[in-house]
Amino acid sequence: MKREFDVIVIGGGHAGTEAAAVSARSGAQTLLITQKLSTIGAMSCNPAIGGLGKGHLVREIDALDGLMGLAADRGGIQFRVLNRRKGPAVRGPRAQADRKLYANAVQNLLFSTPNLSFYEGEALELQFNGRSVSAVSVSGGELFKTRAVVITTGTFLNGLIHRGDEREEAGRVGDPPSKALARSLSQFGFSMGRLKTGTPARLDGRSINWSGLESQAGDDQPEAFSMMTERLENPQIECGITYTTPETHRIIRENLHRSAMYSGQIEGRGPRYCPSVEDKIVRFADRDRHQIFLEPEGLDDPTIYPNGLSTSLPADVQTEFLRSIIGLEKVEIIRPGYAIEYDYIDPRELKRSLETKKCDGLFLAGQINGTTGYEEAGAQGLMSGLNAARYAGGQEAAILDRSQAYIGVMIDDLVTQGVTEPYRMFTSRSEYRLSLRSDNAPDRLTALGDLWGCVGSQRSQAFRKRMERLDHYRHLLDQKTLTPNEARDFGLNVNLDGVRRSAFTLLSHPDIGWEQIVAIWPELNETPADLTDRLLSDARYSVYMDRQERDIAVFKADEDLSLPDSLDYVSLSGLSAELSGKLMLVRPATIGHASRIEGMTPAALTLIASQAKRLQHKSDRAA
Amino acid sequence: MSQDTIFALASGIGRSAVAIIRISGSQTSHCLQRLIGSVPQPRQAVLKTLRSDDGPIDQALVLFFPAPYSFTGEDVAELQIHGSQAVISRLLLELGRFPHCRMAEAGEFSRRALLNGKLDLSHIEGLIDLIESETEMQRKQALRQMQGFLSGQVTQWRRNLLQAMALVESQIDFSDEGDVSSVDLEHIVDRIKALILSLQEALATSGEGIRLREGLAVIVAGPPNAGKSSLVNFLARKDVAIVSSFAGTTRDLIEVPLQLDGMPITLIDSAGVRESSDPVEQEGIKRALARAQQADFGLWLTAPDQNDQPPPGPHWILVKTKADLFPSSPDDVLSISLQNGLGLDLLLDRLKAEARTRFGSGEAVVTRERQRLALEQAVQSLFRALDRLKDGSTLELAAEDLRLAGRDLGAVIGVVGVEAMLDHLFAEFCIGK
Repeated sequence: MKREFDVIVIGGGHAGTEAAAVSARSGAQTLLITQKLSTIGAMSCNPAIGGLGKGHLVREIDALDGLMGLAADRGGIQFRVLNRRKGPAVRGPRAQADRKLYANAVQNLLFSTPNLSFYEGEALELQFNGRSVSAVSVSGGELFKTRAVVITTGTFLNGLIHRGDEREEAGRVGDPPSKALARSLSQFGFSMGRLKTGTPARLDGRSINWSGLESQAGDDQPEAFSMMTERLENPQIECGITYTTPETHRIIRENLHRSAMYSGQIEGRGPRYCPSVEDKIVRFADRDRHQIFLEPEGLDDPTIYPNGLSTSLPADVQTEFLRSIIGLEKVEIIRPGYAIEYDYIDPRELKRSLETKKCDGLFLAGQINGTTGYEEAGAQGLMSGLNAARYAGGQEAAILDRSQAYIGVMIDDLVTQGVTEPYRMFTSRSEYRLSLRSDNAPDRLTALGDLWGCVGSQRSQAFRKRMERLDHYRHLLDQKTLTPNEARDFGLNVNLDGVRRSAFTLLSHPDIGWEQIVAIWPELNETPADLTDRLLSDARYSVYMDRQERDIAVFKADEDLSLPDSLDYVSLSGLSAELSGKLMLVRPATIGHASRIEGMTPAALTLIASQAKRLQHKSDRAA
Repeated sequence: MSQDTIFALASGIGRSAVAIIRISGSQTSHCLQRLIGSVPQPRQAVLKTLRSDDGPIDQALVLFFPAPYSFTGEDVAELQIHGSQAVISRLLLELGRFPHCRMAEAGEFSRRALLNGKLDLSHIEGLIDLIESETEMQRKQALRQMQGFLSGQVTQWRRNLLQAMALVESQIDFSDEGDVSSVDLEHIVDRIKALILSLQEALATSGEGIRLREGLAVIVAGPPNAGKSSLVNFLARKDVAIVSSFAGTTRDLIEVPLQLDGMPITLIDSAGVRESSDPVEQEGIKRALARAQQADFGLWLTAPDQNDQPPPGPHWILVKTKADLFPSSPDDVLSISLQNGLGLDLLLDRLKAEARTRFGSGEAVVTRERQRLALEQAVQSLFRALDRLKDGSTLELAAEDLRLAGRDLGAVIGVVGVEAMLDHLFAEFCIGK
């Protein structure tokens, strides 16, 4: 086995696999170190990929030739676009996946990636040359030299599992935590915090009384995540829906003191949007029932994931309250639920490339940065792996900003604001939501990925073909025009202002649909179905887009004004101690970045900008 | 790198009994050490002799306000000295010799207060207006703004807007989560309507607030020699307009600021309006007519032997002058005489009444054009959002318009953040499966 690599990725979860794959894809000799090769691609919580905001991330990962979209297409057993009846900007593709098929897909993709090697075992210690990372030692005694390291250890840093008053040191059930690595990292004095998350019990589907339960099916025409997927092969399944009962609530209330979370054993903060069932019952005491989705974990697997019942109650209480739920009267538990506490590193310790500010060549991605979710992890993995490879090759960092991608929104939020709870993507986090859609992710990102060298030739060709077709049909829509009088003859209600309107302009009108346009110009009927929706959403938002583009221009102007690392905020006269403290911690890269720091004032920005200009001026003269 | 401590004369220029020098910045206590040999207890006035290396400068009342409990949020000291030019100059010179100390630039103390979050933009505007206030009503209005009247209102509006935004976003971002019950769109619409109503209420008095800040413009016009300048002089109680008995003497606009019952009024004495071939006079008449268009109202003066009608434009109060010469005039026209004082009380009462209706209660929320524009844009965005909420298929566009409204509201005082909206959202909903 080789002993020298360009990039070493530690951890084989959703962040680690994307990081390793993209690094190898962009030509860096890459090593992936993971405790078990067999758990690569494991979904340790709910068996689903995508959703609102998260579906956007998956499409963006796919647009940069990542793994997640392809794996979800190969593992998916129920595809559903959420918010289908709402506008295209807020539609989120989601798929429930067969756990085994998904992991197999990730492993197949990964094992066939050139330039990528694997090591099964534990990463013990990082070695440094000055402030640059230089090598990783592993449990088998070997030492691997490297230029860059990406750490994606998820919940494994000082992971502690809670179930009632039971406690167990673990990264996830059945896997030991990464204690040696935690020690190795502690020498740098990174600012750390503690978070928690939880997972529900897994149920045996054969012991559930399905008759009489509601069910939820996928879409009739399932939509794939990946631009490269031509057809979805797996049969589609349905999920069950059930509800908690007043009895469930009584049992939980009476046993609250036995919940790890309520007995004060857990110090970490959990996500507000993914509360445990204990939390729901305490905080929303007036509700007499909560909806539960019963999600099959696989086509030939009886395991059921009861979505909505995450808990840290003791196993016996879990059995008791589960059996009070409709349809679960005789349910058998395969594995009880638990809460897990873990360390994260304050993401304000990171640059926008996800490299740490304190150690050169050291990158962090995924839950270790305080996020939650496979998609959030995968997206960071991709950017950190890409940047690790670029760092190793002496290239400039690849950065996506807030106006380009949800990935940019997430990373900017993380490195600017830090986190106080596990960070999850929402569409409402993006101020450019109408531009950053899941239906235009390739158009936004694939060309950039091509430029960065992380997009394979197959996708690159497919993308060019897509853009040619898109341009062609968009051009047709622009060319077909008619006068207001002609439009009225076709029953379209437009102002008689003498202005000729194109088919595209007509479509921007909320009351005019595709059918009416095709009725006027039957030849447009030849537009391929996969492009029609895309063109329709462009038209729908075109009025708002002009304004959003102006906003983006203003935003970009701020992003172009970079702040030198040498700027000393502490001695900058007139800044409050609190603000200069935050600035020293975040070290914003641009004035736009600085403006998003909490508590920033316009006057302070002016001061910082003028100071930066003065420094710039000085260094210009010196040169 | 500068770590400047700033100082300046905080009181008015010119000889006075007391003058105040303010110092702000990290070197403040060092300055006090040098001048009086100690730093006084916070917020306690002490009488001390200010000394330089050459001997005493003056005796002063000294106050120290440690950060952050000061006007600027930094360490601040105030030195109350004798208000002579020599004392002031000597002390400023001495302060300028201390390391890292310099004279403040215009507005720099306020800028530091803004910078340190002690004041927001609307506070600062109130402060500026308070310093510039000339009449009693202006003072009251400015003080209210400085103490956060508008700021408090905007905070309330933003809270209401955040509620509406959270409701809309919950339907977008959490529509798949079983526990988020779908919210009746009507309910969101009602909230936005209530917000629009409240904003419109504030905007309804914005004219009054802005006018009170700027003063009411009252044009005095009429044919030549009707006695316009004489009346302006009488009201101003000093000779500001050139008065002669030859027609057409006043060739330019003369503005006279007045205070009537605490209300700021600017009288504009205009050139006589008549046919004229003199190009200079023609220019004066053109200007008078243009100014009349912008005036809040006007006094149309005619002598009893003149029957000229006022030009279209503002609301005119018709006044017959020279009542001592021709004592009879119709009942609905005010008759005055500057010779014997006839009707002048009535005219003043009429002026006050007209002014009062235009200033309203003097409790306007919006007192600046900048604020009015921002709030009007917010209202427009909210109306668009209402339109987009007609059915659930354009929720994301409604959300976009609400976001813009939030930005406009935020522009009055600060910025609206996504986190604030999410905080709100999570407090109200049971989200998560």
